[in-house]
Amino acid sequence: MRISRNGFLRFLAAPILMLARKRATAAHGKRWVMVIDNRKCMQDEGCTKCIQACHIAHNVPSIPDARREVKWIWKERFRRLFGAEAVPVMAENRLSLALCNHCENPPCTRVCPTGATWKRADGIVMMDEHRCIGCRYCMAACPYGARSFNFVDPRPYIANRSADYPARSKGVVEKCTFCEERISAGRLPRCVEACPSGALVFGDWNDPKSEVRKLLESRYAIRRHPELGTGPSVFYVI
Amino acid sequence: MHFPDQQQRAYRAWITVLVTLALAGAWCYLRQLNMGLGLTGLSRDVTWGLYIGQFTFADGLAASAAILVLLSAVHGSRSFRKLVLYGQILAIASAIACMLFVVADLGQPSLLWNVLLHPSPVSIMFWDVVVLAGYLAITALIVTVTINCERKDLPPPRWLRPVAVLSIPWAIGMQTVSAFLYCGLPGRSMWLSAILAPRFIVSAFASGTALLVLVLRFARVRLESETLRKARTLIAYTMALNLFFLLLEVFTTLYSRIPEPIDHYQASAPWIWISGTLAATSLALLNGFRRNERLLPVACAFTVASVWIEKGFALVPSGFVPSPLGVVTTYTPTVPEILIAAGIWAVSALIATLLFRTAFAVRSYNGEKPYLLSVEQEILIR
Repeated sequence: MRISRNGFLRFLAAPILMLARKRATAAHGKRWVMVIDNRKCMQDEGCTKCIQACHIAHNVPSIPDARREVKWIWKERFRRLFGAEAVPVMAENRLSLALCNHCENPPCTRVCPTGATWKRADGIVMMDEHRCIGCRYCMAACPYGARSFNFVDPRPYIANRSADYPARSKGVVEKCTFCEERISAGRLPRCVEACPSGALVFGDWNDPKSEVRKLLESRYAIRRHPELGTGPSVFYVI
Repeated sequence: MHFPDQQQRAYRAWITVLVTLALAGAWCYLRQLNMGLGLTGLSRDVTWGLYIGQFTFADGLAASAAILVLLSAVHGSRSFRKLVLYGQILAIASAIACMLFVVADLGQPSLLWNVLLHPSPVSIMFWDVVVLAGYLAITALIVTVTINCERKDLPPPRWLRPVAVLSIPWAIGMQTVSAFLYCGLPGRSMWLSAILAPRFIVSAFASGTALLVLVLRFARVRLESETLRKARTLIAYTMALNLFFLLLEVFTTLYSRIPEPIDHYQASAPWIWISGTLAATSLALLNGFRRNERLLPVACAFTVASVWIEKGFALVPSGFVPSPLGVVTTYTPTVPEILIAAGIWAVSALIATLLFRTAFAVRSYNGEKPYLLSVEQEILIR
């Protein structure tokens, strides 16, 4: 095999080129964020359409024991989501949505001993349930309670198993992935599509003309526990 | 080596108990493999419990051999010279217990090798596995070489000393890494404390040395009173430091009035009170030991119990309660979970027993009398 001078130089420079490419994607590529319009969402507090759509599509089991339930997106009291920031009178009993925040600086990916969870350049925090050894360190690290562990085999608890998405086995951690399988096909996440009041908005933070940017520029938004430095990608406009 | 009949019987009973416990644990573990961690009392909010608590305690016991090596090999203290080998045997048994507890806690133990196949140096757990395996290898090497040399009545080879000295920073590093498992997690404010690693190190030295004194007492090993006095000083100082560090944590938390850390301390308050009271009692007894030698084993038992409760119960489940969302979930280990933990300790004790017996046999063959025998037994042997 002949080695050209050009090829040899390229080989030497490969690490630098890779770094340069990575930085380029980070600056110019997409960064997915979700904005939850809480005024719209909280109009119908009994609505669980987004939760059902997500959980059916992703074969999320309905485990009766609340201590061991698996959930990708769920409703939670305001006080529990926003802590001391929420004023008790209203926050104790009003429900709001919660899901994985797809942090800019995720503590869960940092602690994973096998790289089974990692952050993509577009901001999505991914989860490989085949590499996960089930040590649950990521659950200890996540300050949002967004991760669930399969304490038992989930399959008996899935009512109608969807063939389009894999079911998980017992002993692994799972969570919301912003429907990366749909995003790559140019579609919106399930929950966003299922919301009847248009309270969930999904889009690219790096695009100044995107709907999410317009919402965040025009209304006051909060995030869950920003003081922890995790940089959540889920915003709540209030 | 000949044992008197009575000891032979006691030894058989001891082995029978350990094997029974190990088998019961193994049976429960098979059930856990089959059913998943649903067999335990763990939950979404309290994701680590008995296993990781016991892992943390065993990790301290394993590291404690370092202080004996430090005092005898580096500072030339002659009173601990004979104890070092025993301490390292205890370290091997504890390090194996540590590994078994980590495996017992995994949801997918068959994928454990992913830690080595896909190493993630940014994860503290990756380093914990590396450091623990390395420590076990170093200690096993030292113990094998020492026993072989003593058997052949040869001085230990010269290269053994640097290896033994290396085990000291390695053990301290191991405790530090174990503390870092907990220290760097946002939203777990009880563990977000820089003094956790020093606490781990001093409590490891205290509990490990105290357990060693108890084990040797239980095995009826003859110890010189000078050695016991030195051991007492060591345990007393490390235990006093441990209690002092705990008070520092409690003061910082309570005086600041920041609600979240206080909630965690409230959740673990009963355990902290028990552990702290045991620690204070052991300190009082260690002080009384100067007048009454019989108090030492009692004081050692209190020390071990105090650290066991501190690491195994006050630290781990309570750091998860309340959850970052403010939910209080109580954690109670289930019976199979307890049996699995007991089985792991039984395996560890079996390994320790076999290694201790080898060491005693070699030493008594060499004309030393490691055993503390009654007058009648001495006559019987003659």
